[in-house]
Amino acid sequence: MSNVLTIAGRDLGAYFRTLSGYVIFALVLMIDGLLFNAFALGEPDRRSSEVLAKFFYFSSGTTMIASIMLSMRLLAEEKQTGTLVLLTSSPLRDRDIILGKYLSGFAFMSLMTLSTVYMPLLILVHGKISWGHLFSGYLGLLLLGGTTLAIGTLGSALARTQVLAAIISGVMVVLLLTCWLLTRVTDYPINEIVLELALYQRHFTSFTLGIVRVGDVLYYGMVSYVALFLAIRSLEARRWQ
Amino acid sequence: MIEVRGLTKYYGDHAAIRQLDFDIAQGEVIGFLGLNGAGKTTTLKILSCILLPTAGTVIVDGVDALSNPHEIRKRIGFLPDTPPLYNEMTVGEYLTFAARVRGVARKQTASAVAAAEEKTGLTHKHRELVGRLSHGYRQRVGVAQALVHNPSLLILDEPTSGLDPLQIVEMRNLIKGLRGQHTLLISSHILAEISQTCDRLLVIQAGEIVRQGTEEQLASSMGTRVEVEIDLEAESPAVLEKLRALPQVCSVVVDPQQNNLVRLVVTTEGDHRPTVVSAIVAAGGRIMRVERGRARLERIFLELTKKKEGGDGKEGQLS
Repeated sequence: MSNVLTIAGRDLGAYFRTLSGYVIFALVLMIDGLLFNAFALGEPDRRSSEVLAKFFYFSSGTTMIASIMLSMRLLAEEKQTGTLVLLTSSPLRDRDIILGKYLSGFAFMSLMTLSTVYMPLLILVHGKISWGHLFSGYLGLLLLGGTTLAIGTLGSALARTQVLAAIISGVMVVLLLTCWLLTRVTDYPINEIVLELALYQRHFTSFTLGIVRVGDVLYYGMVSYVALFLAIRSLEARRWQ
Repeated sequence: MIEVRGLTKYYGDHAAIRQLDFDIAQGEVIGFLGLNGAGKTTTLKILSCILLPTAGTVIVDGVDALSNPHEIRKRIGFLPDTPPLYNEMTVGEYLTFAARVRGVARKQTASAVAAAEEKTGLTHKHRELVGRLSHGYRQRVGVAQALVHNPSLLILDEPTSGLDPLQIVEMRNLIKGLRGQHTLLISSHILAEISQTCDRLLVIQAGEIVRQGTEEQLASSMGTRVEVEIDLEAESPAVLEKLRALPQVCSVVVDPQQNNLVRLVVTTEGDHRPTVVSAIVAAGGRIMRVERGRARLERIFLELTKKKEGGDGKEGQLS
């Protein structure tokens, strides 16, 4: 665990030492703020819970995009610059490297996501929503962002360059987002299985409504686990090149 | 300390190295010589447990590198041809991180970093950003990260690559300073560096070790011919006649230079420079300059690679 934290600490520091971390952070805050004003607050009178659900709906998009941008550098950048050798020639397990890097991205993404909390707090002060609704929405955002980040870590482990890593991760996330469309052309039980795989449609909506379901939490946990497991295997495979 | 037996690595159908066998004793400084693409880096990466071999064994201090790579990595420090540096960190932060991932206990990290900085002359750069360092200092930081955990074996892949002459001298002195503290395996195709810093040489060509031993042993195995360049004030048939009459002289090549100078390239069986010079003086020749010809190690290296390449010595790639 010590090795994981050492790597996570260095990579988290790298987000704050380089411009890209601040740019992503600022863009997310700006876009979330604009969407909140334009669509959540700027539309005709609605119930507070609907405004909050709308906020989480928009935030899920920016969180996913930001997670892909944060994760693309995790391993691909190290491969590009040759710094991965420092880690692979050290007495570290491949899982320590992957988990450390994932943890750094998750910490940064969490900080970025939670820094938008002032917007729902405005609804809490001026409207009628519960703390539970707020909590479930942010739990959903962190789970969705964490899962996207895990997929991005896999993309970064597979790719040689950051751009390629972003493309691979983006394709995987879009496939998981849109696979529910297949339910229109498939019958039971295939359509149910496909729907269960959908990253957003089946599993995120309940969080925006203030409902936390164990199945949804398990789903995001499982997808993250599989993605990180494959990323570890991908790193191991480099030794067999 | 290190036993390598039958080490083989294939990339697809291409054998990068084939059946390498060599030993390295504790405290030795070994020069690993070879042309670009000869298999040096692949071998070093396998020794550093970054790559797995297709076949063969590597034993370090009695520990098998294949079955226990973690234990081996604790004992080895590796500097790749491009130092693995994080530009956004200061030298101190970077070495602290390197020490932690290389297994130095938290309490000993500060002293390990200080010791590595002292060995590599980086103490005054502790707070400087790695990205703002000169190429020479970056290379030093690369060496420092390799030795921060005080490994018994240091593997340096092209440590003088891209350095200017002053930086090369500094790096050479740094490597000489590490002698006795670590076993060193230095890969290079800069022959002067190898000649001045290493006890023993491994010459690799097309993925195979073609010769190993001290420079003396390699020279004697290659024959003992020595080239001497002598500049004379003017061409003298008497001098040429006298030289060609010497039993030690194999050949004399005349190469006219500017300002009426004449350069003689005299090849002798063994080092007979005093005899050659005496003969020239006795024949009335006026010597302006005497210098040993092409460096011995370079000649050995070219001979070995020519043999392997079928006559193409690729001299253009030598530094």
